Amino acid sequence: MRLKHLLASVAMSATVLAATGAKAVEIEYWQYVFETRVKAMDQLIQKFQAANPDIKVKQTTFPYADYQTKVAASIMAGQGPDVVQLFYGWTDNFISGKMIQPLRASAFPAADIERDFFPIVSAMKRGNDYYGLPTAVRSLALFYNKKIFKDAGLDPANPPKTLDEFVAAAEKTAKRDGGGNLTQAGVTMDMTGQDHQWWREVLIRQNGGQPYTDNDSKVAYNDEAGLKALTFYIDLQKTKKVGQVGFMDEGQAAFRGGLAAMTIDGTFRLGSFNTIKAFEWGVTELPANAKGERSNYASYFANAITTKAQGEKLAAAEKFLAYISSPEAMKVWLEVVGELPARRAAALTPENLANPIYGPFLKGLEYAHTTEFKDEMAQRQVAIDMVNRVLIGGETPKDSLAKAATAEQAILDRAAKR
Amino acid sequence: MAAAQSLPALPMSKVKPGRVVAWTLLFIGGVIMVTPLLFMLSTSLKDASQVYDLRIVPAAPTLENYWQILGDGRFLRWLANSTIVALSVTVSNVFFDSLVGYTLAKFRFRGRYIVFVAILSTLMIPTEMLVLPWYLMASQFGWLDSYWGIMFPGMMTAFGTFLMKQFFEGVPDDFLEAARIDGLNEFTIWWKIALPLVTPALSALAIFTFLGNWTAFFWPLIVTTSAELYTLPVGLSSFAVEQSIQWEKIMTGASIATLPTLIIFLFLQRYIVRGVMLAGLKG
Amino acid sequence: MSATGTEAAAGGLWSRLSLSQKQVLWAWAFLAVPVLFYTVIRFWPTVQAFYLSATDWNVMRPASYVGFENYRRLWSDPLFWQVFRNTFAYLLLGTPISLLLSFVVAYYLDRVRFMHSFIRALYFLPFLTTAAAMAWVWRWFYQPVPIGVINDILATFGLPQQPFLRSTTQALPAVLAPAIWAGLGFQIIIFLAGLRAIPSTYYEAARIDGLSEGAILRKITIPLLKPTLVFLVVFSSIGFLRIFDQVYNINSNDPGGPLNSTKPLVLMIYQTAFSSYEMGYAAAQTVVLFLILLVISLVQLRIMRDR
Repeated sequence: MRLKHLLASVAMSATVLAATGAKAVEIEYWQYVFETRVKAMDQLIQKFQAANPDIKVKQTTFPYADYQTKVAASIMAGQGPDVVQLFYGWTDNFISGKMIQPLRASAFPAADIERDFFPIVSAMKRGNDYYGLPTAVRSLALFYNKKIFKDAGLDPANPPKTLDEFVAAAEKTAKRDGGGNLTQAGVTMDMTGQDHQWWREVLIRQNGGQPYTDNDSKVAYNDEAGLKALTFYIDLQKTKKVGQVGFMDEGQAAFRGGLAAMTIDGTFRLGSFNTIKAFEWGVTELPANAKGERSNYASYFANAITTKAQGEKLAAAEKFLAYISSPEAMKVWLEVVGELPARRAAALTPENLANPIYGPFLKGLEYAHTTEFKDEMAQRQVAIDMVNRVLIGGETPKDSLAKAATAEQAILDRAAKR
Repeated sequence: MAAAQSLPALPMSKVKPGRVVAWTLLFIGGVIMVTPLLFMLSTSLKDASQVYDLRIVPAAPTLENYWQILGDGRFLRWLANSTIVALSVTVSNVFFDSLVGYTLAKFRFRGRYIVFVAILSTLMIPTEMLVLPWYLMASQFGWLDSYWGIMFPGMMTAFGTFLMKQFFEGVPDDFLEAARIDGLNEFTIWWKIALPLVTPALSALAIFTFLGNWTAFFWPLIVTTSAELYTLPVGLSSFAVEQSIQWEKIMTGASIATLPTLIIFLFLQRYIVRGVMLAGLKG
Repeated sequence: MSATGTEAAAGGLWSRLSLSQKQVLWAWAFLAVPVLFYTVIRFWPTVQAFYLSATDWNVMRPASYVGFENYRRLWSDPLFWQVFRNTFAYLLLGTPISLLLSFVVAYYLDRVRFMHSFIRALYFLPFLTTAAAMAWVWRWFYQPVPIGVINDILATFGLPQQPFLRSTTQALPAVLAPAIWAGLGFQIIIFLAGLRAIPSTYYEAARIDGLSEGAILRKITIPLLKPTLVFLVVFSSIGFLRIFDQVYNINSNDPGGPLNSTKPLVLMIYQTAFSSYEMGYAAAQTVVLFLILLVISLVQLRIMRDR
């Protein structure tokens, strides 16, 4: 059993290491792997440690796909982070699993939070308690390929402003080969990406409906507005033939590869698109409807303190959380990750608003909605399946919409029982 | 139809057209079999602009993708992890499976049959059913996210034990008796006398165990949490998602995961094929 | 625990034992660690899996006993029945197709001498690949134009495009193909070994009797290959019933999709356990998988033995 010995000695050396570092409080910070986020956090940790020599912060990262599971499993096992990054939509799960604790009002007064942050931060509030704070918020916008626009005779300086102009631009830029196969998409169609948010919080509202009622616990989209929104989306592929689900595997890959004129995506994609060398691209606000009404979907990853942090670790964790939610940290995050500051004052500077890239996203924040997801992955799957039932299952949008509403309501009800 | 050429007792017949057709079809089939591998390798040698030019021989081959991917260090780490895990499990299996197989084949004692049947019965239990209890066990003992956590379920297998038992049964008892009379202890008899007689079986077991662990995906995916402990298949899977579908990068990663076993095969083809045959026939 | 420990403790006692008594002690000394291993790592978890399947354990809170509730839920879950059908589709397509292909190749390869080991290597190489890696290669092959390899080739010949992974009918065979592809080499090698093991005197006698090649195949080769065939049928059936790596990687954005048309039981187990955290429910699914494997193996062994 040489392995057991090996393990024992590894465990020993770990304890020894921990013991020698005992002077400084060490806290652990977890987030998911995304190159720029990790880089930004490394910088913040460095600055924080320089200002607080008695605290050491260790950053651990996981791939997004398994992130939630890993966090849950480790905290259950009494290991894991003191400060953890979580998607705002997971908050209920994390609270019911006793994984995160409410922020102490002494350190984070609610009134201050509500004064300084964008209102969407309220998604972290349960009763009178806030359970976490974001560093940055993200919203959606329309990315467009200036080269394709120019080649199609469109003005790259004047991207579509309304849904009608959007469809017209897509029709001009989509290309098909002799067999009628799409070779260049006017617009990407990818419900596994951000399109389900666009449909849920933007298209439904622009058609006069609303996706949910009762704190997002009742599905409300199985109506005329929901149907119009779904039909609009489906028709991009079915009748207008300007996009195709699965084209180039993923929507963002198609845009990146220069084979899609437009894509709807979030601030978090900026880092990846910034490495595009083959063409110039631009950003504009999501198209308005005929009446000029706009909507947007905003979301964020918040940082929360886990139930594991107690005593001096709790104090250190609070200090760290305060720092990574400070205006200074938000500035670093904007520069490195490209995500918008969660504090109004840090975000709405004249400089940021005039920025051709951040501007459209920031404007979107003013009228953005946030879905209070109960189980984001499952709810996204409902939207994916809804579109697939129509496009490859041959169902009518009306039937598929009704099925989606039933399925999603079941998920919400199951979550409510937990 | 072609005459059975592999039968030495028959006189070699002339080359018949039927046999030429069969050979050609077999050859074409073989080429089709390796086409995915060729595409993978050739794409890994292309830069992003050539990816969709589907020529097998790249117009301007470059190792740039490899340098980039190996340069960030993670793949080397995953390679090392996979090697450590697969080798350790293989050594453990070769040792314990043959020891148990030998004991069950060559010792007479009460309970032998029960032990044999009990071990054999674990073949009927799919690992998927044990994964949740193992996960629970690993999290209680703090084995999540460790080499031991990846390895512990496979340290011994019923398949290997059964295979080795079959082979040890073919070892004549006289050999062992002679050694006993010479005063060797039982462990030495097994280690020095019996084991060398079954080396083909040992190599078959080693090859299977190594390959199985090298390509294992399900359990490592569940038990590892940090990227530093990923094995190659798990690392590749998360890498591919993270690369935003850049095919040349993904193909390079897939090549790195696949090439080691292919290269080993080129050198050890004879042993590997024989090992697979042995394991299949006796197992 | 070890043999030397027993010896040291027993001291003079050891020398007084008879040879057969010593043998028994040695045997148990050799078996001590393995018996412990099988008990703790195999048998105990098996019992636990059955127990967990009767609880509502999720990662967030401790388990409590719920009886057959998970099984009842499974029975009335339409997703389970879809997954059940998919799992059997993998089996019923995968096993016959792969065995037929590998037998035909092995049968002819056995008669080929020219470049025999080279051709054998071509067929065998895919067996050495990592399924998780190769799934990505196949995923790329299946893309629509302009990037998909297969569709580009179809387009060159003016043939209609195929949706492959974007179709509820084509996706499952498309996911199955890499699994068959990877397993073929193994089956061919085993068939070759089986063919070699048939004594050549049988063939000689048959030829002297004037039997045709087809008759030899039917009356001698196939009956004598039965043990090989039984092994391969059982072995590959279990493999197809447990398919996971390919499915998980070939459609990572919507694993098992589109519309669950490719989702096998193992993927459902994985998602139930590790993305919905419903461990108890997942445990019930693993018990069902166990029963399916058990029944299928027993039925196959029975049928093949009778014939």
